[in-house]
Amino acid sequence: MFIPHTKAETEEMLKSIGVSSMADLFADVPEKYRFPKLNLPSGVTEMEVLSELTDYSQANEPVSELVSFLGAGAYNHYIPAVIDSLLRRSEFYTAYTPYQPEISQGTLQAVFEFQSLISNLTGMDASNASHYDGATATAEAGVMAYHHFRGKRTRIILSPAVHPQYREVLCSYLCNYENISIETGGKEKGPFENPSELIPLIDDQTALVVVQYPDFFGRIFDYKILAEKTHENGALLAVVANPTALGLIKAPGEFGADIVVGEGQPLGIPLSYGGPYLGFFATKKELVRKMSGRLVGETTDAQGRRGYVLTLTAREQHIRREKATSNICTNQGLMTLAATIYLSLLGKHGLKQIANLCYQKAHYAAQQISTVTGFEIVNKEPFFHEFVVKCPKSVEEINNDMLDNGILGGYDLGIDYPQLKNHMLVAVTEMNSKDDIDAFVELLREAGND
Amino acid sequence: MTEPTIYELSSAGRIGVQFPESDVPAFKVPDEFIRTNLPLPELSEVDVVRHFTHLSTKNYSIDTGLYPLGSCTMKYNPKINEVTSRLPGFANIHPLQPIETVQGSLALMYSLQEQLKEISGFAAVSLQPAAGAQGEFVGVKIIHAYHQSRGDFKRTRILIPDSAHGTNPATSAMNGLEVIPIPSDSRGNVDLAKLHDLCDETVAGLMLTNPNTLGVFDENVLEVIETVHRAGGLVYGDGANLNALLGITRPGDLGFDVMHFNLHKTFSTPHGGGGPGSGPVGVAPHLVDFLPAPIVSIIEEATEEIPPLYGLTIPAKTIGRVKAFYGQFGVMVRAFTYIRMHGAEGLKKVAEYAVLNANYILSRIRDKYTLPYDRSYMHEFVVEGCWSDAPDVHALDVAKRLMDYDFHPPTNYFPLIVHEALMIEPTETESKQVLDKFADALLKIAEEAHSSPELLKEAPHHTPVGRLDEVKAAKELVLCCWLPESN
Amino acid sequence: MKTPENLKYASTDEWLLVEGNTATLGVSDYAQDQLSDVVFVEITAGIGETLSKGSVVGTIESVKAAADVTIPVSGKVIAVNEDLANTPELVNSDPFGAAWMIKVELTNPKELDDLMNAKAYTEYCETRSH
Repeated sequence: MFIPHTKAETEEMLKSIGVSSMADLFADVPEKYRFPKLNLPSGVTEMEVLSELTDYSQANEPVSELVSFLGAGAYNHYIPAVIDSLLRRSEFYTAYTPYQPEISQGTLQAVFEFQSLISNLTGMDASNASHYDGATATAEAGVMAYHHFRGKRTRIILSPAVHPQYREVLCSYLCNYENISIETGGKEKGPFENPSELIPLIDDQTALVVVQYPDFFGRIFDYKILAEKTHENGALLAVVANPTALGLIKAPGEFGADIVVGEGQPLGIPLSYGGPYLGFFATKKELVRKMSGRLVGETTDAQGRRGYVLTLTAREQHIRREKATSNICTNQGLMTLAATIYLSLLGKHGLKQIANLCYQKAHYAAQQISTVTGFEIVNKEPFFHEFVVKCPKSVEEINNDMLDNGILGGYDLGIDYPQLKNHMLVAVTEMNSKDDIDAFVELLREAGND
Repeated sequence: MTEPTIYELSSAGRIGVQFPESDVPAFKVPDEFIRTNLPLPELSEVDVVRHFTHLSTKNYSIDTGLYPLGSCTMKYNPKINEVTSRLPGFANIHPLQPIETVQGSLALMYSLQEQLKEISGFAAVSLQPAAGAQGEFVGVKIIHAYHQSRGDFKRTRILIPDSAHGTNPATSAMNGLEVIPIPSDSRGNVDLAKLHDLCDETVAGLMLTNPNTLGVFDENVLEVIETVHRAGGLVYGDGANLNALLGITRPGDLGFDVMHFNLHKTFSTPHGGGGPGSGPVGVAPHLVDFLPAPIVSIIEEATEEIPPLYGLTIPAKTIGRVKAFYGQFGVMVRAFTYIRMHGAEGLKKVAEYAVLNANYILSRIRDKYTLPYDRSYMHEFVVEGCWSDAPDVHALDVAKRLMDYDFHPPTNYFPLIVHEALMIEPTETESKQVLDKFADALLKIAEEAHSSPELLKEAPHHTPVGRLDEVKAAKELVLCCWLPESN
Repeated sequence: MKTPENLKYASTDEWLLVEGNTATLGVSDYAQDQLSDVVFVEITAGIGETLSKGSVVGTIESVKAAADVTIPVSGKVIAVNEDLANTPELVNSDPFGAAWMIKVELTNPKELDDLMNAKAYTEYCETRSH
């Protein structure tokens, strides 16, 4: 199929090499284990494989056929047609990391623009070319802070309102570091504490404090005082931000974040069962050289023409080897392109409009739910497009009924927070019409009456 | 022709896409949270389309021509992969949906796990790692966790051949292990005598790429693995070069304990200009419990009427989670499509022709380029890009000159143990005609290196930009652009 | 390649200028040549800090490589060259002068005996370049 050789060509090539058969090329492989018989079904044609894969895909119930109120780290947004149309330019997707800048200016300039957009959106000085997802970008913030202090500060303090999976990944990344101590605040008080309650945990051994904005429960806090206290202790503050929200609410750079990371999926990337997504990572000028991951910089050629290259590569694994602070090489190239196109297309007005639509609709949903007997909106603080509903019975039970009516209910917080049994995290985006929301509220009302 | 940036193209008041007006009553955002300055560009849809289309034409890609980047396996990316991965039932599912609503995805992931097990000879596979480097991190973390779980805390060193990828040492250091390099012998194999000396009760394991980055299959691979095992260590396999082994041999059979796969190399998923990749990890039976969580399992067996119920389970001694959700699902769909189209016979043919193509190029150029190890190669090989009688010419110049002949250069300056290395991996999808043209170009360049070296030193001549000033980039560090008014 | 006679050299390519009980540290001409164009210098050792032999005092980065600079003797830091941060190219243009990195008060002068003189260091460099 994808091997073009004719029989005659193959013979000619074997002859040129000086062997008599294909098998002779594998003489170095131990004979005992050479040419195993693989127990795989026979290959099929393109027509057959498409039919088979279509069958698999139809065994799923996609959000495009449901009405979804599920978020918790992955969001259902409208993706303008332009994005996939441009992503399908195969000069982009069949290229690799731009090691040869002369013939990779397309990728390099697109990454440079991505870095620019992320820096501007987060209010930071510089962004890298991406990490695998929001969770690994958060973990890399921990790695960076640890190395920034050369292992001399060993405490990392996490807000309990940082996405539970992100906290888990950060622990997986850092747990084998010397003397490391990773603490999640709010053990006694539960996850709903105010971020100011993290302050007593911060000391001169603290390398990094991590909060989310809006947090996992959708709440918007001003982290200004937390940032000040963090800095008074000489530590760094990392903020895990939702990029859509930054179209409407203050940039983390405005309240003193040292590192801003997050999940770029809402920026034109399909839900795709959790991946591929896009981790973004931005920081201040002073910390640029401590940032892992690839970076594109502007420069010129001998004729003075502007061009872009991978820069600061000397810090990377292939040169520093065991002294490198991260082993990342490949990142999420094509996903950064999707986000770059999305942000270019939406621009200043579009992103603000989307963010505002999310905000309005989520608040309408919350207001309606608050009128339903037995249900309570837990969020007391301002929130963005997600909020917590305390339910009179199990979330799973409610969601099963919802599903029978074509609605994908919110996230069951009891899975990650035992004290939040019967609490649902509801996400609302521009994809949810007033009618959808009304239907959702009506089903909650029925569930409350059962 | 310099393409302006999106910020330079911006024109205040332009709108690229419109969304419906809100259909709910208005709610006020508290003033203290409102963002007043949002410095994003303003473009129309056509501006955006032309800009990115222009940019795309400045890229070399597999669809443009041969991309013989060693150890990167830049094979043709079948177009059907792009269709299957975008099927609405795959593209539009949320990772936290109830498992009953995503049985198609889970069944596909389960089958992919099974296929990768069969191809590699391992007992279990986790699809979670996001890329090769993360698969590697997981592999070494599993080795570390295995020793710890047995109360064996003194194993703090990891052996890495000097021909290894730079990621190997970085990965080990991330896991808190001390890196001990092992030299290669005169045939490019692991130096067995040195290995014997170094294997003791402090060794956690060995990281072995086989075929290695020289492109040779270690002739003593069984003894190498046996030696490490005898000392109580485990052997990690870097699966970057698995394309040479499909249907040829199974790393699990050879005795490897853990290995990562690169779906974006071996199984044809596009490299995307640097990602997304996907780096599943396979393990031998004694490491199954340590895999990153979750993995896909059958949680209710099939009956005569009902298919099995697939779900997500957590291995008993899991090293934890290394990524949110379950991995690069869209990449998995592409790899699954590829494996299904090939079957066992097709996959074996892939490896055979990948090796044939590499050795064929080598046979055409070996008289004009120095070959540091004179033996048979697998799917790639390394030559020196320099000549003692052309002292000014370096591998970099050869690489840059290849662009003038419309080829992507090979990997250069790697592996480090070869002087002025050019590492060439053509893959199986290139025809004899293309390989001949490429070999002709290499031969012509070898001639030019002697007759007109300045042609190489100043190359490339026909690209959108010439050689770029990397010192300036690193010193001035211009990493982003801004809207004119906010600068 | 320059190797001033009045200096002592370490196998890790740093030089030391010893004056009484103090020593000035920098990297050699050979080292800067190997690194090529230096784009960044970071000195992490601070004034007043006590360094043991072999500890890292900073990092030098070029477009090709990033190298840690270590101190081959023990001492207490008494001065740090602040200019290098803004003019890293001094490492290339004047490695033995303006590109000095730190000055220390020696705490174990005996360690100086382990260092090479100019002749030994020149030979050492020659064995490495092929």
